Amino acid sequence: MSSFVLQRFLSFFATLAVTSVVVFGVLEWLPGNAAQVILGETATPESLAAMEEKLGLNQPALSRYVAWVGGLLQGQSGMSISYDTPTAVLMMERMHVTLPLAIMAMSLTVLVALCLGLYAASKQNTAGDVGVMTLSQLGLAVPNFWLAILLILLFAVQLQWVSAGGFPGWSEEDGGGFWAGMAALILPAMALAAVQTAILTRVTRSAVIESMSEDYVRTARAKGLSKQQVLWRHVLRNAMIPVVTVMGLQFGNLITSAIVIENVFVLPGIGRLIFQAIANRDLIVVRDVVMLLSAMVILINFCIDLLYAWIDPRLKTEAAAA
Amino acid sequence: MTTSSTTPLLSVRNLRVALQTSHGQLEALRGVDFEMQRGDTLGLIGESGCGKSLTALAIMGLLPDRATVSGSIELNGTELTPMSDEALCTLRGARMAMIFQEPMTALNPLHPIWKQIAEPLQLHQGMDLATAKARALELLDRVQLPRARERLDNYPHQLSGGQRQRVMISIALACQPDILIADEPTTALDVTVQKEVLALIRQLVAEDGMGLLLISHDLGLMRDQVESVMVMYGGAVVESAPTQELFGMRAHPYTQGLFAARPKLGLKRGTRLQTIAGNVPEIFNWPLGCAFAERCAYVQDSCRQTLPELERVPNTGRVKVSQRADLSAPFAEHWVRCPEWEKLEALK
Amino acid sequence: MSTLKSFKHSAQRAFKHRSFGVGAAIVMLLVVSATVSLFWSPYPVGDIDIPNKLAAASAQHWFGTDSLGRDIASLLLVGSQNSLLVGFIAVGIGLGLGVPLGLLASAQRGWVEEVVMRAADFTFAFPALLSAILLTAIYGPGLVVSITAIGIFNIPVFARITRGAANAVWSRDFTLAARAAGKTKWDITWEHVLPNVASVLIVQATVQFAIAILAEAALSYLGLGTQPPNPSWGRMLNEAQSQMFQAPMLAVYPGIAIALAVLGLNLMGDGLRDLLDPRLSRMR
Repeated sequence: MSSFVLQRFLSFFATLAVTSVVVFGVLEWLPGNAAQVILGETATPESLAAMEEKLGLNQPALSRYVAWVGGLLQGQSGMSISYDTPTAVLMMERMHVTLPLAIMAMSLTVLVALCLGLYAASKQNTAGDVGVMTLSQLGLAVPNFWLAILLILLFAVQLQWVSAGGFPGWSEEDGGGFWAGMAALILPAMALAAVQTAILTRVTRSAVIESMSEDYVRTARAKGLSKQQVLWRHVLRNAMIPVVTVMGLQFGNLITSAIVIENVFVLPGIGRLIFQAIANRDLIVVRDVVMLLSAMVILINFCIDLLYAWIDPRLKTEAAAA
Repeated sequence: MTTSSTTPLLSVRNLRVALQTSHGQLEALRGVDFEMQRGDTLGLIGESGCGKSLTALAIMGLLPDRATVSGSIELNGTELTPMSDEALCTLRGARMAMIFQEPMTALNPLHPIWKQIAEPLQLHQGMDLATAKARALELLDRVQLPRARERLDNYPHQLSGGQRQRVMISIALACQPDILIADEPTTALDVTVQKEVLALIRQLVAEDGMGLLLISHDLGLMRDQVESVMVMYGGAVVESAPTQELFGMRAHPYTQGLFAARPKLGLKRGTRLQTIAGNVPEIFNWPLGCAFAERCAYVQDSCRQTLPELERVPNTGRVKVSQRADLSAPFAEHWVRCPEWEKLEALK
Repeated sequence: MSTLKSFKHSAQRAFKHRSFGVGAAIVMLLVVSATVSLFWSPYPVGDIDIPNKLAAASAQHWFGTDSLGRDIASLLLVGSQNSLLVGFIAVGIGLGLGVPLGLLASAQRGWVEEVVMRAADFTFAFPALLSAILLTAIYGPGLVVSITAIGIFNIPVFARITRGAANAVWSRDFTLAARAAGKTKWDITWEHVLPNVASVLIVQATVQFAIAILAEAALSYLGLGTQPPNPSWGRMLNEAQSQMFQAPMLAVYPGIAIALAVLGLNLMGDGLRDLLDPRLSRMR
């Protein structure tokens, strides 16, 4: 078991390392140097020189890369150009919105999709199944930011149950509170969850159907297990393997889709941060946020890999034998 | 097959199975009849698509939902066809057990071996896990799985095909059923392993006094394994006889064809292998009369109209084939000769 | 003559298939709109008509006007050109570069395959939308940059799929026979592998087309995609959002257009997947 975990751990670190190089590299190969991009075309030579100094552009790329990575590992990050605060502080602040949003959306997705997918698989080719599949087709086709706007139109403009955007904050001193915060996140979470639910429902349905047609299901029935018992003891665990894979991929999708959704609802999250940073040409923030988001995605994939090994014993023993 | 006044172990009468497909209702089994007593070993032979597996699945009640079953299946006197799935679940694995062709995929890859053997024990005998695990070990020893104690915690992918089939056998025998149905249990295994597994099945069945229904497409296998053989073609049983008799003389032209088609040692080089001309009719197009009519060397017009009845005349190589156009018409008869019998007779 | 007949027969069978029929009909509607809009639209899209801004649907303006008085119907019509363009080019880039890479990886195996697949996996790890935003940020917003960004992310998708399908073809015995007969790997790839993977690619292409349309819409919504005055459905949604209280319908029409286009492509793709599946067609 441990050799499998070790392999995955090494792979995880390697991917992180390569990602950091690429992120750093992309921002190196800019048209013009970083200072020019940040200050734009109207910059004077003096301000350019000052910016270059500030960014340490006179030093070789390698040492800047090492300094950056070293700083990250020690928990220190660069300073944002536009906000003049460490990016780490900015990012932590924004995560207070994005992380709960992502978790809400993921929970909604998993809950709804697993139920619908199971239902559709057990009622295959009947009206119920067709209904679920049609619904999922619609879910796939609808752009999530349009759904967000429609939700706002319905719940904020028409019914006026929630506000049309913005985030009041989690603490009550700032005028917010737990439930106020949740209320502000519910529509965005729904918009985010819609597409992912459609995808996961389909995957769940086909995974369960596929599992049900496997030979070991026939064996289980021959032992005298009822259809229900077969479903719970044999089919579901096997069907979870592809489902968990997709769930892992989806979390990454969720985080990036949040960029658009946060802009629709004007939520002060990571998505909005990076968007504003790009508009302000604040490359330091952009670089650090991209690194953070990529690292999160890689971490999720690593966790999924570990989850596999727990679910599927074939992986554990194959790796041990290898 | 011995006749007895006691209740037969398994009694199948006029078993018909129709399948609902996009092309309409198809008759897959067209009236299967046979009987088994406790301790009998019966072989069921036929080519792919003749309905042997369907017969087995029908007995177990494991046909898909789109299948309609009619006729009678009695296990120890209990009529199975009208029973609900819940009721059948109490019998499956407990009184009747089945093993399948592909041991590679027949076991759940995510559960350890002992758990899969313990499952029927927990289900039907209410055993707790510890007792069941101990019993699983006993069973594995009984099926002669080497290093059984270590293997208990193994997963299916760590075992070879032959070993997996042994595990399947131990699962089937766990609750000491009255009848074991083996659907091509060795077809997917290496030739060397085949003999071992078959011998094991024979031994265990004899020890427990179980009935064995062995399904195969392999003639040679039948000779050593079972006391009687049924030959199926086109969804019906065309011939059934004790093994010795069948190997000595075949009545039905199809069975004759099957035997003649076997490659024999000692044939002169260049001799063409005999085949049965033609193909099995598509299940969409069952003919009115005998399904074998178009391929039969002895076919008459009446064969194409109605299903014939065969009656072997003992100690001769002749079989009387009777048909009648409908219930009121008189029987038309013609005779069928078994060429092998004649050869043997000529040698005497 | 017989190929024409079999094509006609296939086409008839295709349209009877529910999914494909509906999907193809919608896609054709899209194509027709785009083509028609090249020559005509109810109003020129550049026409600003402030006095008539935010008008409701009427005989003159079938879907009303936006905040600058532009005719919505015309914007929708011409916007379809944009969507189709994005789809074609993005998928084209993916096919053009991804398929050869996949074929190469499959034919050569060994370290070539490893490198190509690792690179593909790595690109998958990068959130695609994020990278597209990044690229548009660095190189400036606009149609060209956004199409390129979306197209680049199609390359590993097609490379993976091609390699997977090609591996299945290579493992069949007839390729071994062809090699024994003296054919080079390139001959076999061209004559055998490619035709056999074509059906998988076609299906994936429709899927990626739909994804490209959605991605471009998102980028345009953020202001990073197609720039004014070229109409874009995504950007229309952004503009509509600020008018949500005055003219809510403005936010509905462009979304329907996008959803319809994507739905049509998805249905077509599903239908094609069923129709082209060799297992199913052999049973007929």
